[in-house]
Amino acid sequence: MNIDSIQNGVVIDHISAGSGMKLYELLGLDKLDCSVAIIKNASSHKKGKKDIIKIDTEFPLNLDIVGYVDPEATVNIIKDGKLVEKRELSIPEKLVNVIKCKNPRCITSTEQELDHVFRLVDKEEKIYRCIYCEARAR
Amino acid sequence: MRNVNDILDLTTDEIDDLIETACDIIENPKKYSEVCHGKKLATLFFEPSTRTRLSFEAAMYELGGNVLSVSSAASSSASKGESVADTAKTVSCYADIIAMRHPKEGAPYVASLNASIPVINAGDGGHNHPTQTLADLLTIYREKGTFDNLTIGFCGDLKFGRTVHSLINAMSRYKNVRIILISPEELKVPSYVRNDVLEKNHMEYVETKDLLKAMPELDILYMTRVQQERFFNEEDYLRLKDSYILDPPKLANAKKDLCIMHPFPRVNEISVAIDDDPRACYFKQILNGKYMRMALILKLLKEAGTI
Repeated sequence: MNIDSIQNGVVIDHISAGSGMKLYELLGLDKLDCSVAIIKNASSHKKGKKDIIKIDTEFPLNLDIVGYVDPEATVNIIKDGKLVEKRELSIPEKLVNVIKCKNPRCITSTEQELDHVFRLVDKEEKIYRCIYCEARAR
Repeated sequence: MRNVNDILDLTTDEIDDLIETACDIIENPKKYSEVCHGKKLATLFFEPSTRTRLSFEAAMYELGGNVLSVSSAASSSASKGESVADTAKTVSCYADIIAMRHPKEGAPYVASLNASIPVINAGDGGHNHPTQTLADLLTIYREKGTFDNLTIGFCGDLKFGRTVHSLINAMSRYKNVRIILISPEELKVPSYVRNDVLEKNHMEYVETKDLLKAMPELDILYMTRVQQERFFNEEDYLRLKDSYILDPPKLANAKKDLCIMHPFPRVNEISVAIDDDPRACYFKQILNGKYMRMALILKLLKEAGTI
């Protein structure tokens, strides 16, 4: 399969196979007007299979979202067709307005202006809890 | 600004200090009768309450202070859609300290982020109720003289019972505490209590449906009400509400120095026939709540530099 190289934009590589669509949704890539390619289940030396997202525009990428979905993914910034920067990822300690609290008893369910904030409580298990009601992120 | 949203906002040393202050208040009430003169506590209760609100108000009056009170959501601007943040900022203009109860979990925390005066969580949904836990801890201390080496049975609604979650959290910091969780399948403790408190702190715990079998092992039996207001479905409430009713025959195999506690209100889960049993500590627990709230109000106002 051939996908055109991008000139100015972002390539998110080495995404765990199956996580590409989740990342696409959380990053809000559906709202972009440029070319966006999602490659699912590409072969990978490191992982066996991987997903790749190519975004053909300069884009204010929220690295917390990428780190939350897959901290082992790699983020490559492309300018004039060349790789100019590789961004380091880590599991974010805090997520602000990335995911929503689904607890119907949480204060965020009635007060719409509140930020949805989750804090990492267990790095190994990657467990996040709502800072207001402590419900686990799902 | 110092706030208390969760019992874990207080260190064990601070809890020891609060207990010491509460015991001193019990011994020397006159010494404290004017310490909050001219200061105002706002009790913002957006959910019904008898004990907690009156206990906070009695506590402030006994410290020589005054009380401003919102006793239901319908009687406040919350009914017009005012946000918790705006309410907290507004009340900060009138009072020196806030005690807030709210049906939504995390509402007092939101208030504490926006108020310029200390905020005490007086119960938020099924989440936390730290001042009830302070009442529970003073009761355990006065009845048992220690927090270590105790077997505590929690019985009834362990899913929505915020007092249960707070007390388990508090007891996780003491030595050799064994927890027996007695509940129907549908009302077991939530995963965050099991995973983040019991297992994370390597606490010894058992989950069972059998109160009678657990009874002989218990130093403390903490009964709870199945709370109708936490159910979205009336059918589920009716099916579960009479799961555990404590009556004299059920105490036949209990220890002679068992301490029976209940955060109240009770419906029928403890028979009134038990009220005269010396092991019934729930009315002492209510009184202890007032003393611990006095101690906490004093602490927070002192730390805020208000007194």
